[in-house]
Amino acid sequence: MARKRTTLGKWTRRSFLATAGIVGGGLALGLTLSPNRLKMADPDTAEKGETILNTWVKITPDNRITVLTPHAEMGQGAGTGLAQMLAEEMDADWDQIQIVQAPATDAYTNSDLGRGYIVGEGARIPAFAYPMLDFAFFKISENLVGQLTGGSTAIRLTGHHGMRRAGAAAREMLVKAAAVEWDVPAGTLVASKGTVSDPKTGQSASYGALAARAADFTPSLKPVLKSPDAYTIVGTSRPRLDLPGKVTGAAQFGMDVTLPGMVYAAVALPPVLGARATAVDQSGLPTGGGVGEVVNIGRAVAVTADSYWTAARALEALQITWDGGQPDLSSDTIRAAQDADLTDKEREVMDRDGDVDAALERGTPISLNFSVPYLAHATMEPMNCTIWVRDGACDVWVGHQNQIMARNWAARRLDLTPDQVTMHPVYLGGGFGRRAEMDVISIAGAIGDKIRQPVKVIWSREEDMANGAYRPAILSRMTGTVEDGKITAIHHTYIDADSGMPDSERPFGLQYDIPNRNIARIKCPSPLPVGTWRAVDFTQMGFFHESFMDALAAEAGADPLAFRLDHTSDPRIRAVLEHAREVADWETTLPAGHGRGIAMVKSFETIVAQVVEVRIDAGRAVHVPRVTSVVDCGRVINPDAAEAQITGSVIFGLTAALYGEITVANGQIQQRNFPDYDMLRLANAPVQAVHFMESDHPPGGLGEPGVPPVAPALANALFQATGERIQTLPITKHGFAVA
Amino acid sequence: MAINFLLNEQPVSVDVDPAMPLLWVVREKLGLTGTKFGCGIAACGACTMHVDGTATRTCMLPVSSVAGAQIRTIEALATDGALNAVQQAWLEHQVPQCGYCQSGMIMAAEALLNETPDPTDADIDAAITNICRCGIYDRVRAAVHRAAQLRKEG
Ligand code: FES
Ligand code: FES
Repeated sequence: MARKRTTLGKWTRRSFLATAGIVGGGLALGLTLSPNRLKMADPDTAEKGETILNTWVKITPDNRITVLTPHAEMGQGAGTGLAQMLAEEMDADWDQIQIVQAPATDAYTNSDLGRGYIVGEGARIPAFAYPMLDFAFFKISENLVGQLTGGSTAIRLTGHHGMRRAGAAAREMLVKAAAVEWDVPAGTLVASKGTVSDPKTGQSASYGALAARAADFTPSLKPVLKSPDAYTIVGTSRPRLDLPGKVTGAAQFGMDVTLPGMVYAAVALPPVLGARATAVDQSGLPTGGGVGEVVNIGRAVAVTADSYWTAARALEALQITWDGGQPDLSSDTIRAAQDADLTDKEREVMDRDGDVDAALERGTPISLNFSVPYLAHATMEPMNCTIWVRDGACDVWVGHQNQIMARNWAARRLDLTPDQVTMHPVYLGGGFGRRAEMDVISIAGAIGDKIRQPVKVIWSREEDMANGAYRPAILSRMTGTVEDGKITAIHHTYIDADSGMPDSERPFGLQYDIPNRNIARIKCPSPLPVGTWRAVDFTQMGFFHESFMDALAAEAGADPLAFRLDHTSDPRIRAVLEHAREVADWETTLPAGHGRGIAMVKSFETIVAQVVEVRIDAGRAVHVPRVTSVVDCGRVINPDAAEAQITGSVIFGLTAALYGEITVANGQIQQRNFPDYDMLRLANAPVQAVHFMESDHPPGGLGEPGVPPVAPALANALFQATGERIQTLPITKHGFAVA
Repeated sequence: MAINFLLNEQPVSVDVDPAMPLLWVVREKLGLTGTKFGCGIAACGACTMHVDGTATRTCMLPVSSVAGAQIRTIEALATDGALNAVQQAWLEHQVPQCGYCQSGMIMAAEALLNETPDPTDADIDAAITNICRCGIYDRVRAAVHRAAQLRKEG
């Protein structure tokens, strides 16, 4: 990991390079980060591959503007938001715009035109991306961050630094083209709604008509950006461009790919974590009836057939011998190990100030232990990958959050070069971090290599759930004391099971001004596979911090919201909390058996405060009638899409807080399908309100920040209603039911 | 042995294992992939089609049991490219996120409105039990009410 970070350090201060050219008679414009222009001039240097986040805009003579976006569409609507940012600076007519997900092929990533774009001065690669980088294998693409979708980056990095400049540079070139055409100074011309016009003469020309000539100019590296007061597209709720196909069944997900001559494969994965298939007894296998081959790749066994169902049935008929792995693993042993470490192991101090011990001694400290469970992503679309391997070539259809890394991974497994692997973008039926992992491409690649004809490998829901990359389960112990209504000290020790997020991006610090503090972690790597999971570390730390904050408020006899305000001078956080007090009717009285809780978490440059209301019915049935979110995510690009990200995050967070828990016994994951790992349904969904703060700050993330405050706000509401402090998630573990 | 039924008003005949669930027959043998696989145990609703007008989870429904039946899938809702009321309402309210659960959700809503043209919130709660991992439930509720209105306006 250290090596990777050093390699990347040099990426932080780089100029960027713009290229333009003609494609299909129109203008194609890409902007690229490069170490320096001299190196860029040599097409054979490895740096040639250093595209970071690609942007490509294409204007064709028929006056269509196509925006190629490097981010996978998994429900977040990023493509539409990015196109809005580009169209705004370009003064395009929104109706001209279409979006296409950039294919992860060399034609796109390495050609001069397609090299894409980004990262202006001062921007940096988000550190969470480091582990997703692919340094290892191939010269040409070894430095590609490629097309990563995760960490709430699309709008705040690609959009803010890339799309806006690409749009502005294109507009400047189109205006110049008109100026030359009409022999007038460019400064006298006006660009608006996809047309350049001359107010003096009244003549005008469409972007499409000007595109070919515009391509003669060199794009500006520092185009003039608009003043936000002039925005007409950014900040408006444009309908998402990907939605029409999602109401007709036409949208193509990975699961829907159909190729001539394709077979279907069902996979059996090790029942015990880490085991390998050492023998496969095929004597029970039905002959004929569409059943094809049995493939044992060690980490999985597959059967092919002329339908998935037939393959899955045939798989059940096999006797597979699995050996090794971790058959002694259980949730209890994992928890006991963490418990022991929390007490015995040396603390690695992350943040220390003042004299915590003295302050705790002076006061009457309270101490609480917290724990959060493993969680599965349970994307609605089970894992799948369609692959066609042949000599010297491979085609892959997979919903993946990092297409280029998936491509390189496939190439390495198959002994091909990356440019021999063609990735075909498809929609993702949910990602949440699960589709940034490489297991699916590895397994499908190995199967495809043996089958050597197009094969769609489908995970059953059971295999999907039992072979995840889980949000880590961890423990925490917080101690603090309050004097005269103010927290004087907080001591926090937590287990770090390593979610895969790099240290520099991980939350550990307190969100409030506490004079004496001592925050430390204890590393205890997870024996279960773990990975990023929608806001991952923030969901853990948010629960600990904001539950404890509430406990301290109760100790002080203070109103939890006012108590938070009393401990922060951050103007943006204060404004969010104050707004929440108002719009959530914080100060109105609730009937008996009801409770209202608040939590606030800042993540990915976005502040979210949530007020959750609960009602406890007979039989400890928890009903959540209402959730109010107040969000400061800087400038809002598309209010309606932004609201959807928050309301969706609230459901995601409630589902986790109420039901979510992955457990292991005898090395086997105990949850296999939805009844074991339940989901909130429409009947239990709260009425929601989302309020965005007016802001000129650069856009923060939106796909994830709505999740972390949900669990603590809900637990805090339960405390108000029942006097019980939930310290261990999920809530249904404590004899509560969901109503 | 061939099994015959009507798929979106077209007669079809398939010669498959009679135990094969309708979902896989429609997706893989008849090529309509709009209906999705989510759980395989009738728990999520992603595979919802209409069987003789009733919203039905088809991932466990043997194809033999629909011999002679009328099957309707998401692909049949729009006529000549014109979206039906539910689809229009869905776009007005920008309901889908990833979209994977949406075919099943829309088919459940369509069946509800066929039976109960003016559903209450309680009717919607009872009829739409599909899982959406992206959490679009509040918009589904609003869009169903809007679709009811659009249908009345005809
Ligand atoms: S796939 Fe049929 S209900 Fe889930
Ligand atoms: S829209 Fe993604 S699962 Fe429902």
